Amino acid sequence: MGEFDWGSIAGSLPFLMAGLSYTVQLTVIAAIGGTLWGILLALARLSSIAPLAWVAAAYVNLMRSVPLLLVIFWFYFLVPVMLQWASGAAYPPRIGADRSAYVTFILFEGAYFCEIVRAGIQSIPKGQLGAAYAIGLNYAQAMRLIILPQALRNMLPVLLTQTIVLFQDVSLVALLNVTDLVGAAGKIAQRDSRLVEMYTLVAVIYFVLSYALSLGVKVLNRRIAIIR
Amino acid sequence: MLDLGIFGEETPDGDTTWAMSLLSGLEYTLALVALSWIVAMVLGSLLGVLRTTNRRWVVALGDAWVELFRNIPLLVQFFLWYFVVPAFVPPLKRMALEMDPTRFQLLLSVVCLGLFTSARIAEQVKSGILSLPRGQRMAGYALGLTEAQTYRHVLLPMAFRIIIPPLTSESMNLVKNSAVAYSIGLAELFFRTREMGEMTFRYFAAFGAATVLYVVVAFAINRVFAWVERATAVPGYLGGKR
Repeated sequence: MGEFDWGSIAGSLPFLMAGLSYTVQLTVIAAIGGTLWGILLALARLSSIAPLAWVAAAYVNLMRSVPLLLVIFWFYFLVPVMLQWASGAAYPPRIGADRSAYVTFILFEGAYFCEIVRAGIQSIPKGQLGAAYAIGLNYAQAMRLIILPQALRNMLPVLLTQTIVLFQDVSLVALLNVTDLVGAAGKIAQRDSRLVEMYTLVAVIYFVLSYALSLGVKVLNRRIAIIR
Repeated sequence: MLDLGIFGEETPDGDTTWAMSLLSGLEYTLALVALSWIVAMVLGSLLGVLRTTNRRWVVALGDAWVELFRNIPLLVQFFLWYFVVPAFVPPLKRMALEMDPTRFQLLLSVVCLGLFTSARIAEQVKSGILSLPRGQRMAGYALGLTEAQTYRHVLLPMAFRIIIPPLTSESMNLVKNSAVAYSIGLAELFFRTREMGEMTFRYFAAFGAATVLYVVVAFAINRVFAWVERATAVPGYLGGKR
């Protein structure tokens, strides 16, 4: 195997950074989309309309009991079919794994964010909803103006921790040949036969970023704790 | 529309059907989960305990272990174990060349998943011990128990009961995470599923079957832990028998 070859690392940096930027972009969009989808799911699960609550619970439990890798491949096949059905086209549109991954991660992470949001909503005292109704707000207004702002602040640290998990989970798209950070490193590793250098470098980059983010969450946690 | 005949058809190499091929994958998945669960529980409990002692360097070592395994994606950890570690550990490299490849992949997968999960278990064990009132430890010492005896007879029996619910979800996560062993070519359930999809173009049948199998395994684990939780509940506590 010989010595660590730093030269091969320097030359591959631009390609790796392009991969990292895809990873970050997918993480951010899936976190935002997943949170919104998760809020809708949580409201559905807590709804008094029984079928709605039942369907949402089934969706969340199914998503949470299947390996992410399996879900990524499911959506890789399903998204073109869904788009064909939605647009009424004669053939399924060709969309790459890099784009179907956005749909996958929003729908998959939504199930995890749903449970966080549900716990957040349930941590709000009942009197808050009663007070909201008493001053004449309807259900939608009470949720939007009273319950969700408090719930979201309580669960912000957990949401961010889940986002760090998401940031790491995104690496699995590399197995569908997508050029995210791990995929980019893998491609260079194969081309230059530099697997040791590339995978070590990716591990270091991921470790530094995830660790820094988790320290950030800890600081935030302390600050929120002081406000209360 | 739903044609299950495909599962009875023979695979191209002719010695088995697709259903049996998937089940042989499931066998590897279960073996991998069982073995790495043992590794994770042993190491995780040890690390969790060490992190609650008052020896500063031991605590620091435990913390470093947890941060190391939590902040690198599982897929990258698999690549590290498979491609990077053997390059620096000559005995492992010799094993890679001499051992049966499937055995070697299983061994590395058990090590990788076991260590990855041990960091999570350690975190749960630590929080379980810390959730006990301070008086429990003090009472143990006051009775004249040593530190080890206090952990063995006073702290851990309660701490493990408290963390059964999070241990349940970590164990179910282990089943899901085992699919990533596909990345180093271990012929577990996901590997067989993909193989079936690629060779028969019956992706929906293959992935549907795998989804059902994974859900069944996760549910079975959930039920086993629910039984353990009921069987070990301490009377007089919330959730205990009256």
